[in-house]
Amino acid sequence: MDIDAFLLSRIQFAFTISFHIVFPAFTIGLSAYIATLLGMWLKTGDKKYHVLARFWTKIFAVSFAMGVVSGIVLSYQFGTNWSRFSVVVGNVIGPLIGYEVLTAFFLEASFLGVMLFGWTRVPPWLHFLSACIVAGGTALSGFWILSANSWMQYPTGHEMRDGIAYPLDWMAIIFNPTFPMRYMHMMTAAYLTTAFVVLATGARHLMVGHRTETARTMVRMAILMIAITAPLQAVIGHRHGEDTAKYQPAKLAAIEAHWDSSKPAPLVLFAWPDEVAGVNRFEIAIPGLASLLTHGSMDALFPSLNDFAMQDRPPVKIPFFGFRIMVGIGVFMILFGWLGAFLWWKGKVFEERRWLWVAQYTWPLGFMAILAGWFVTEVGRQPWIATGVLRSKDAISRVTTAQVAISLALFVCVYCVVFSAGVLLINRLIGKGPDEITTEEPPQQPSQRPLKAAQAPASELFGDGHPGDDKIQPAT
Amino acid sequence: MEWYLPVIWAGLIGTAVMLYVVLDGFDLGIAILFPTTRDEAERDQMMNSVAPFWDGNETWLVLGGGGLWVAFPTAYAIIMPAFYLPVTLMLLALIFRGVAFEFRWVAKPNHHVWDLAFWVGSVMAAFSQGLILGGMIQGITVVDRQFAGGPFDWFTPFTLMCGAGVVVGYGLLGATWLIYKTEGKVAERSRAQAKVLLLGLLAFAIIVSLWTPYAHPRIAERWFTWRNIALLWPFPVLTGLCGLMAWRRLHGKHEFTPFALTIAIFALCFLGLAISNYPYLVPPSLTIWDVAAAPASHVFVLIGVSFLLPMILFYTAFVYWTFRGKVKIDSGYH
Repeated sequence: MDIDAFLLSRIQFAFTISFHIVFPAFTIGLSAYIATLLGMWLKTGDKKYHVLARFWTKIFAVSFAMGVVSGIVLSYQFGTNWSRFSVVVGNVIGPLIGYEVLTAFFLEASFLGVMLFGWTRVPPWLHFLSACIVAGGTALSGFWILSANSWMQYPTGHEMRDGIAYPLDWMAIIFNPTFPMRYMHMMTAAYLTTAFVVLATGARHLMVGHRTETARTMVRMAILMIAITAPLQAVIGHRHGEDTAKYQPAKLAAIEAHWDSSKPAPLVLFAWPDEVAGVNRFEIAIPGLASLLTHGSMDALFPSLNDFAMQDRPPVKIPFFGFRIMVGIGVFMILFGWLGAFLWWKGKVFEERRWLWVAQYTWPLGFMAILAGWFVTEVGRQPWIATGVLRSKDAISRVTTAQVAISLALFVCVYCVVFSAGVLLINRLIGKGPDEITTEEPPQQPSQRPLKAAQAPASELFGDGHPGDDKIQPAT
Repeated sequence: MEWYLPVIWAGLIGTAVMLYVVLDGFDLGIAILFPTTRDEAERDQMMNSVAPFWDGNETWLVLGGGGLWVAFPTAYAIIMPAFYLPVTLMLLALIFRGVAFEFRWVAKPNHHVWDLAFWVGSVMAAFSQGLILGGMIQGITVVDRQFAGGPFDWFTPFTLMCGAGVVVGYGLLGATWLIYKTEGKVAERSRAQAKVLLLGLLAFAIIVSLWTPYAHPRIAERWFTWRNIALLWPFPVLTGLCGLMAWRRLHGKHEFTPFALTIAIFALCFLGLAISNYPYLVPPSLTIWDVAAAPASHVFVLIGVSFLLPMILFYTAFVYWTFRGKVKIDSGYH
């Protein structure tokens, strides 16, 4: 593979979007969690929910800000690096992205301010409502992005004239066939990922001896969420896989490393796919199971990689291994969640230190599964940027290799500095925990600046805070 | 209808860019003036004067850029690769500026590195925007509706001058904003700085006004045919008048008018550049109709814009009203 502007642009986009996706995935889940906490507080009047909501709102603010700054870079890259893409599908995708920008802008400019700074300024019900609107808004933002992405996976509702896509039917464009399941899969992933972060936070505080009611509440709520959504995610993921089988057979063949369409496909547990020879090395497989899972019968035949011309095949290794990482994490999530639920039912969840010890390190799992899944679906779409409409290599701008090399190097340096600082800040907030952090006075002025909400505890971290005295006493 | 849609969209994007230039201009401007004081409390006061606004201000850039893609995909696909390095530099500079804004408060008392990031990020962002502006004015090489120039076409004496001009102009916006929003030493020093910066900005405006018609016959033709002179003479005259008034007001006790007059100068210069280049969106070859998206795409997004834009504008006005009044030392929002 040559190092050229095309390859470097792909690496740059993969790098910047991988950094980006972590934050929106987390904020989609977290905003829903905060809305839930505020709802519980309104309903029960129990102060612990309010303390938790305050705590997670501060973390939400930092994540949201980092999602915003890393997102701006992406929309500009469509122009700088992928300008032919912008032209060929701009009439169709542009409006979807346009609606996303409007939604995000509107949210950032309005209800977010109330959610972050409205603790003492608006009545609780309005605060709750704002949190709900922010949660709905982040999900709506995801709606438009996932719709655009799904259209690229399997374009519908358009016609091609002189090599340019023109919209014919907006409903067919927005609700293209692979969109509903992909959207549900991603949303569920976001909620599940957040549940694991909440679980790990609660477990971390329990493990270091902060046996507070807030930590226990986080663990309980997370177990409930995981025990339900993790298996649900498996069902949704399976349905999503059926869409892939129907609409993107080449991607499915790559995921399953399926080379011979004359036989039913085995479920390959492990192998080293050899793309040159067109076979799997070191294969461990269960006969017929992939056919059963994707097409409902042990004897079902479906297209293999060899049915596609070499230039129409996606790379095999990334989708193949990415899929196994994602599914592996998913299976672990289900089992771990059910084990937690079982321990809870037995009344031993807070005593079983081995389970809690593992739980405190589970926070990256969801993010890893999300990244692995996106690598599967995006690399699996290759060699197309929009399937059947435009090949990735034809979507590139006329820029030089040196230009892209410089910009990529700069992005790597800046992102490493800036996002490490941000993640470090989040980690410190989490380390402090809800009870210490929320004893600070809320900011006196509302503001639309997301990171502001994190500053009260941050100033305390750096030494000029005044811990209050309304700490919730540890439960005995 | 198909004739009007690109005009409406050009107007919308033009408004978004103009709002961005004025609003983020003063944020970047106060950062450009940051090294002129070493006093901690004064720096806090300067930063506090824009703290509640900057992030909403920056969002107009997203709307401008996103809007350009939605409404004029071909223009987007030519302009962005043409200014690959300045655009990348601008985005990175804005990231640094933005997080420096936030991390500075968190990192105290070891925040000097973020002070530096704040200043460098803002100067670089302003300078890159000037490079892009200059590059647009001098024209982009287009063959077959694609960018066909070299990677450093934007690097000319003219664009470098435009870069410096934007830094000075934003500096003036920042200084007059500080006269309006602060008091005490910061306001006094800003008044003195504003006088120098005003002369600088007017000098740049005059140079651009003479250089562009000299270098580009199409622009000379736009301004110096008799029919157009009769129509367009108010623009340079009004700009001059605003400059003169600003100069006089800076010598008096006026606090808001210098800022308002600076905005007026910016708006007039912006309109002047629009007149020079109309109807070209990618000068000197492609008009707004050449590069427009499909009418169906224009209409589809316009529906959303007509609901959401008024709400965004209303809320923006509300924020400025909420944080009205002077920012004193140690009375910030932090």
